[in-house]
Amino acid sequence: MNNKKQMMTGADIFFESLRLEGVEKIFGYPGGATIKLYEKLYDIDFLEHILTRHEQGATHAAEGYARVTGKPGVVLVTSGPGATNTVTGIADAYMDSIPLVVFTGQVPSKLIGNDAFQEADIVGITRPITKHNFLVRDVKDLASVIRKAFFIASTGRPGPVLVDLPKDVIAAQCEYEYPESIEIRGYKPTLNGNINQIKKAVEVIKKAKRPLLYVGGGVLMSNASKELTEFARKNNIPVTNTLLGLGSFPGIDPLFIGMLGMHGTYYANQAVNNCDVLIAVGARFDDRVTGNTETFASNAYKIHIDIDPTAIDKNVIVDLPIVGDAKIILTELLAELSDKPREDEWWDQIDKWKTACPLEYVRPDNKLRTQYVIERISEKTKGEAIIVSDVGQHQMWVAQYYKFNNPNSHVCSGGLGTMGFSVPASIGAAFGIKDRPIVSINGDGGFQMNIQELTTAVYHKLPIKFFIMNNGFLGMVRQWQELFHEEKYSFTDLRESNPNFTALGEAFGIESFSTDSPEEVDGILDKVFAIKDRPTLVEFKVAKEDLVFPMVPSGGTITDMILKRLNPKRMII
Amino acid sequence: MRHTISVLVENTFGAFDRVATMFSAKGFNIHSISIGETEQKDISRMTIVTSGDVQLIDQIVKQLNRLIDTIKVTELTGQARTERELALITVSLQKSGIEEIKNINDIFRGKIVDINNKTMMLEITGPPEKIDAIINVLMPFGIIEMARSGTVALKRGEQIRPQNEYINKK
Repeated sequence: MNNKKQMMTGADIFFESLRLEGVEKIFGYPGGATIKLYEKLYDIDFLEHILTRHEQGATHAAEGYARVTGKPGVVLVTSGPGATNTVTGIADAYMDSIPLVVFTGQVPSKLIGNDAFQEADIVGITRPITKHNFLVRDVKDLASVIRKAFFIASTGRPGPVLVDLPKDVIAAQCEYEYPESIEIRGYKPTLNGNINQIKKAVEVIKKAKRPLLYVGGGVLMSNASKELTEFARKNNIPVTNTLLGLGSFPGIDPLFIGMLGMHGTYYANQAVNNCDVLIAVGARFDDRVTGNTETFASNAYKIHIDIDPTAIDKNVIVDLPIVGDAKIILTELLAELSDKPREDEWWDQIDKWKTACPLEYVRPDNKLRTQYVIERISEKTKGEAIIVSDVGQHQMWVAQYYKFNNPNSHVCSGGLGTMGFSVPASIGAAFGIKDRPIVSINGDGGFQMNIQELTTAVYHKLPIKFFIMNNGFLGMVRQWQELFHEEKYSFTDLRESNPNFTALGEAFGIESFSTDSPEEVDGILDKVFAIKDRPTLVEFKVAKEDLVFPMVPSGGTITDMILKRLNPKRMII
Repeated sequence: MRHTISVLVENTFGAFDRVATMFSAKGFNIHSISIGETEQKDISRMTIVTSGDVQLIDQIVKQLNRLIDTIKVTELTGQARTERELALITVSLQKSGIEEIKNINDIFRGKIVDINNKTMMLEITGPPEKIDAIINVLMPFGIIEMARSGTVALKRGEQIRPQNEYINKK
């Protein structure tokens, strides 16, 4: 197709631009302001539009898609409520640095500001939760805005970009020319780390007696798992992951010491507390990781590798910042340092911590426990599944007990902690990855927050395993109520009001199972993992009293770590 | 400590709002903020006066740089710079004679831009401290209304020492 100097409508330009950006999937929901785009979409075959059942579902699905493919997730919704429904998903993507491009319809330019039907100032609303956003005021700008939106969303520290499209702009015509290159003078991410800083880091790491790699989601974003793994292995450095970093380093590797932070392992947190050199890569010293920032790794020389300069010295002051792309910097570190001997004393110490306080839960007993179910899933899928967890206790247990083998396999809402994330995000993930099992792990609370998207999964015959860890409570809030709020279980008891989950699944047309017996778990898992042409649902009726341990209370230090329930008689209601 | 930060931004819809939104979202202080066109039509200059310790100012500068619409961020504090602010101050003439206010105005090298038998409006320019000073002095006479522009600032040119021969000739 000759795309030089042709008269085209905004709608034509929109899809032509998406084609040139290589977009294959759009998650969306039609409406009045975008009706022209949907008219055009009717005849388009180079991309697939997935109709979700709510715009929030569309944004989370796009996040799931982006998380597993590394490509920007694309969303198309109408103005007003369509646009405002995307806000939670956009905020979620912003917190977790997920590339999204969200297109929202807008009322005609002439009506903007008039309180027109289905009008909302979505550009104003999303300003603090997008990496950037645009209101397209002239059809002549449309192609270059779309180009910029994809560029901004997917480069540097990725994030969501919103493009607001007034109805008249979509209908207007202009001479279309695809901008070959784009220049944004205020946006030039630093990719190459400062060479002197890298040399200095090498010297420091060489001399370290108790080194530790603290690795976050940035390593996944920069596709640097291979480089990280090689660097850690060749230099015998233990690795701890943040929640979003899980999968960047093989979970079964002996160098891996689990997640750190509030619900991290005892030994990972001890290692942080006692290391002499902390190498943070693509992590942002989030409060759930650090607890009290004054005491966080207070004995360590801190090296911080991150592409976002604002992440440096934001929460914790570091000794040696290296701003740039993790893949490039790790490659350079590796070139300079690949034969650091194993620090035996340090490893002995870590092993002692491991033996003293391993991850554990009550077993064996006759109660079904989420930890056990997740261990079995990990075993059955050999760490090869894509696990999309929701938010709460089960999410932490996934982080603790699932042994991720591959990068981009763990999808969850980390920064924002959005309940209702898993069901739609797993749908997006299923559109991105076809050859690995997709497991959506939910609590009974969060599962009900975007339950409408089960329809989307059924319609597209996605082989997602929807698992509900039903403990009849909003478990994580209840955990805090028990530990810190005088056991006032205020509005966290769902036992009386929960629906019949298997009947619900069946109503959506999903083959559904339920069990409360540990003996039945393997059989059910075998059954559902064998089904590859449609979704399945399993309700695991799990013990209601379990708490996630270890736990460092909010703002606390390692010495405040709670390892198990102090009063075992508690929580008998 | 007060810091003056000069920011070149795209002269586009929303650029100002982006900066203001970032300050409020992050909980940073703004003492004053001013914006206007520059010698280049498509670029505006914002001058922001804020306060905080070194770490906070460093974070503010980085957060400003992170915005897509900002082209250049310069921390002016600690550099040779000129800062100016303009204030319009309407003073009551009920408690004093015209002469008295006029004298004060002269000391501050202000301009009288409006007068009637009850009030007098002064236009004062200078560094923000000078504006603070005249407001202090005028306060007892009764300030009816006041508008301050916020600080604008530019880095000063580098001072080059004259050649020796030139000094000898003189």
